[in-house]
Amino acid sequence: MLANLKRKKLRTTLTILSIFVAFVLFGFLCAIQHAFLGGVEVAGADRLIVRHKVSIIQPLPISYESRVASIPGVDAVSSTSWFGGIYQKPENAFPSFAVDPEKFLNMFPEVIVSPAAKEQWLKKRTGAIVGRGLMEKFPTWKIGGHIPLTSPIWGQPANQANWDFEIVGVYDTDKKSTDKSQFFFRYDYFDEARAQAKGKIGWMTIRVDHADEATAIARKIDREFANSPEETKAEPEGAFAASFVKQIGDIGAIVTGVVSAVFFTILLVAGNTVSQSVNERTEELGVLKAMGFTNTTVLVLVLAESCAISAIGGLAGLGVAWAITAGGNPIPDVLPNLEIPNRDLLLGSALAIGLGLLSGALPALHAMRLQIAVALRRQG
Amino acid sequence: MSAEKRALVMIENVTRTFHRGAEDIHVLADLDLEIQEGEFLALMGPSGSGKSTLLNLIGGLDRPTGGRVIIGEHRIDRLNDRALAAWRARHVGFIFQFYNLLPVLTAEKNVELPLLLSPLSQAARRKHVQLALEVVGLSHRTRHYPRTLSGGEQQRVGIARAIVTDPTLLHCDEPTGDLDRKSGDEILSLLQALNQDYGKTIIMVTHDPHASARASRTVHLDKGRLSAEAPD
Repeated sequence: MLANLKRKKLRTTLTILSIFVAFVLFGFLCAIQHAFLGGVEVAGADRLIVRHKVSIIQPLPISYESRVASIPGVDAVSSTSWFGGIYQKPENAFPSFAVDPEKFLNMFPEVIVSPAAKEQWLKKRTGAIVGRGLMEKFPTWKIGGHIPLTSPIWGQPANQANWDFEIVGVYDTDKKSTDKSQFFFRYDYFDEARAQAKGKIGWMTIRVDHADEATAIARKIDREFANSPEETKAEPEGAFAASFVKQIGDIGAIVTGVVSAVFFTILLVAGNTVSQSVNERTEELGVLKAMGFTNTTVLVLVLAESCAISAIGGLAGLGVAWAITAGGNPIPDVLPNLEIPNRDLLLGSALAIGLGLLSGALPALHAMRLQIAVALRRQG
Repeated sequence: MSAEKRALVMIENVTRTFHRGAEDIHVLADLDLEIQEGEFLALMGPSGSGKSTLLNLIGGLDRPTGGRVIIGEHRIDRLNDRALAAWRARHVGFIFQFYNLLPVLTAEKNVELPLLLSPLSQAARRKHVQLALEVVGLSHRTRHYPRTLSGGEQQRVGIARAIVTDPTLLHCDEPTGDLDRKSGDEILSLLQALNQDYGKTIIMVTHDPHASARASRTVHLDKGRLSAEAPD
């Protein structure tokens, strides 16, 4: 079977190459989709996000925190405010947020900081914890170092040219998909120093006692603030993350569309190759059948050949895409979690075999149904 | 030929009709033929006489429209596809006019092909292959690909492939039709040796009287009927 792949080396190589390119593309698209939807995947089933009903950029009063905390079934509340920090030049923008350290670390156990860093953060009003990825991006940043940031939203604190933060710790995470390029600092310092929207927060993250009550509690929260100047929209964290991504577009649909079009084209290319190959070997298949190879064996031989072509190209393509994404993210600022999840590698492997089976199906059926006498009559 | 030998092939009242559109083409009509075990039979006749069709029926490559085809103890016209394939693998060796070797395999791998259907181990298969290639005088060219062999050598590989399973019957379709006279003579001598020294029953379709002269009996077909039999 493998010897047959060497029969028309150029044709086989070109077909394998086209499958290879398709699977490299598939791998990258999966990585991009994963990067966009990473937040959805890491979302806790027992966490809700509460934001302003109109838009997430509309702030909520901080008093909502205690009102929500008093609703039965709510275990913990932590608020977050978007800062939009820039370090030195506009290209150095990164996600930065004002939070209450104690509540934040309690709410997000996947964000891991050392006890010493936590102690320092609670002690220092200008303290900030920085993701490992962000620290690697700015090699001059050190623990204890002062980082001057500007914010296009909040301007500067009174009598200061910049917002001054002291790095008190680095956070890691035990979830691969959690973003390690973020910057968290204290809300009390932020609220005191800003000139506008004092006493307001961006949104709240709620943890409920029982995940299966999350939807009911979300409805209760929205009812609590109904008909107020700042009505809320509470939703599961996963749905919130998904709707956030959908502001860019339906990434899943885009990826599925592109991958489907590519695979359909490749299916035609691979199918044509196998079909030509079988057609050229009609007499040989007749001879194999004459020798006693059954129709089923011939069917399996042709399918094995098409699967081998597809598997070589597909697995090599997936391997290269994986190696490139695993070797270092070329666009960490844009998509911090650019990696191919294991389930997509498995899906890709299954697609490679499926492509082989589909592209070989018609030629294999033709070979199976081939009548020996007819096949042998074709020569001479 | 020994009178004690039993009939290996019995063709009884066989007809074969092909359908081309609305037209029925009767290639064989009520044909009866017996071939003894150990016989070397030449089937001759003009193009379209039905000799290849008859050969295909005897080799289990085709089924008759009517009548019975009995080979040894098997009524092969009644076997299903799978059983017929197994029967061919065990009982028939095929030799073709154009050799039909797989160009991507070496001589020994080509010869080994029919053994892949047997339960033999790789070592046992290798022994059988070496023996078959020795019988045809090609043990020195085992690693050669078909394109590096002459026509006569390719046909020898084809014969080695046909005998490697030690079949009951050798089915030869114009085995010298693509060879020059010298190579053709060598192949015919080899077939004769297989018949006389190894007791193989051979059925050979040929147009060539020179080839049929090497057979122990010649049968002529014309328009699907036996027209005459040359004496032994």
